[in-house]
Amino acid sequence: MKHSFIDQYSNRDSLIHRLDPRSKLVATLAFIAAVALTPSAGWLVYCLYFIIIAALILLSRVPLLYISRRSLVIIPFVLLVAIFIPFFKEGEVAFGFNIWAWHLSLTHNGLQLLWSILAKSWLSILSLILLTSTTGFASLLKGLEQLRMPRVMVMLLSFMYRYIFLLTDEVMRMKQARDSRNFGGKRLRQMSIVGNMIGTLFIRSYERGERVYAAMVSRGFDGHSRTLDRLHFSRLDTCFITAIILVLVCINLFNLYY
Amino acid sequence: MIMQELITIENLSFSYPDGQKALTDVSLGIYKGESVAIVGPNGAGKSTLVLHFNGILRSNGHVKLLGKPVDDNNLRWVRSRVGLVFQNPDDQLFSPTVFDDVAFGPMNMGYSKAEVEQAVKMALGLVGMPGFEKRSPHHLSVGEKKRIAMATVLSMSPEVLVIDEPTSNLDPRGKWDIIEVLKGLSVTRVIVSHDLEMVRELCPRMVIIDRGRVAADGNTADILADKKLLAAHGLAACSL
Repeated sequence: MKHSFIDQYSNRDSLIHRLDPRSKLVATLAFIAAVALTPSAGWLVYCLYFIIIAALILLSRVPLLYISRRSLVIIPFVLLVAIFIPFFKEGEVAFGFNIWAWHLSLTHNGLQLLWSILAKSWLSILSLILLTSTTGFASLLKGLEQLRMPRVMVMLLSFMYRYIFLLTDEVMRMKQARDSRNFGGKRLRQMSIVGNMIGTLFIRSYERGERVYAAMVSRGFDGHSRTLDRLHFSRLDTCFITAIILVLVCINLFNLYY
Repeated sequence: MIMQELITIENLSFSYPDGQKALTDVSLGIYKGESVAIVGPNGAGKSTLVLHFNGILRSNGHVKLLGKPVDDNNLRWVRSRVGLVFQNPDDQLFSPTVFDDVAFGPMNMGYSKAEVEQAVKMALGLVGMPGFEKRSPHHLSVGEKKRIAMATVLSMSPEVLVIDEPTSNLDPRGKWDIIEVLKGLSVTRVIVSHDLEMVRELCPRMVIIDRGRVAADGNTADILADKKLLAAHGLAACSL
């Protein structure tokens, strides 16, 4: 079955695609750190950040529609966490209303914080989407490994990426088999059937894990993962990293003394 | 000329932890350069037997490789000499790219970078899939995955290639592609299957396993002609 892969535009060619995954990872982390550390309501600075990320996205030649659609997926999650902030933050009341006996009020400070959080998370997610859509997952993993991320975690991510599509296929097939036998009946029964499906999926994954391990052991796996260093850090990467860090520092200095 | 015995199995019996008996008193020799089929109905113990070949399952002393008993101390050597390909290529291929998977064995064997790259190239060439290094396994067809799965052990230049059901889940064209690839290999082959068409094409010698015992061991043409024997072990009713 076909799935949309998170790195589906990663085999295109552009300046951004040609960068070493390590420099992209470092740049992304630096960008997110800078965004997160900017005080709230620094709208001008947010605009500057947006200009940077927009320029990089344009350079990468990944379709804009794809990036904007993906970036909106995260907003509901952020809202879920941040929606209560305006009610709790102290300060000048923007407006209030009554629900039965309770009086609820929203503050200006709180609203400002909410908008800042939304803007910051959107900027961060844009940079992450740019990273994952211009870097193949395999080279991203190589990059993480070279940047000294623990091997176990890299392996976990790699297995996850390899098998998540097989698992979704398995779920789809189970659903099809269930639906072709007229899945219906009372709600309680439905729920117990879904429970059985989850259990079956767990057992199947567990057994697959054992078979995969047998296949690894058959090829001499002894608990240490070994990989070849096939990445190439070029002059372009040095320039890119320096430029990004310089720009971020400048923006923050400007913000401090403005 | 006396052929060198690669794998020697003497009076091997095996029960799973739950007490289920899988193999009873199996004796078998695999000789250098030959191509043997291990045939039997579902649940006969074929896969269990094959897992003893490279020491995934161990019954100390009953299995020897090149005269040396397979035990805990020489597993690394055993696994570099016996290349085991599992039935489901999705279990065999677990890396994000084809290169990583084919390089996995050689890297565990401690090859240098240049040697690993050389081995990967050689193995992909043997299975007729050069240039697939950067592809990821989930973008490949079943037939392609099966061939890459073979490359993942061929890259270790094993003494014996042991393949579990190489043609299962394949359409006729995919199946004949695999048969052609297997024909082109010079390495000693043990093929586990109940695809008798392929067995006749590839293996001069055939071993029937049923209920954990060796039921027949001999010339493939003779055994395939013995319809009574085939029927007794659930292998008849094929159009051969």
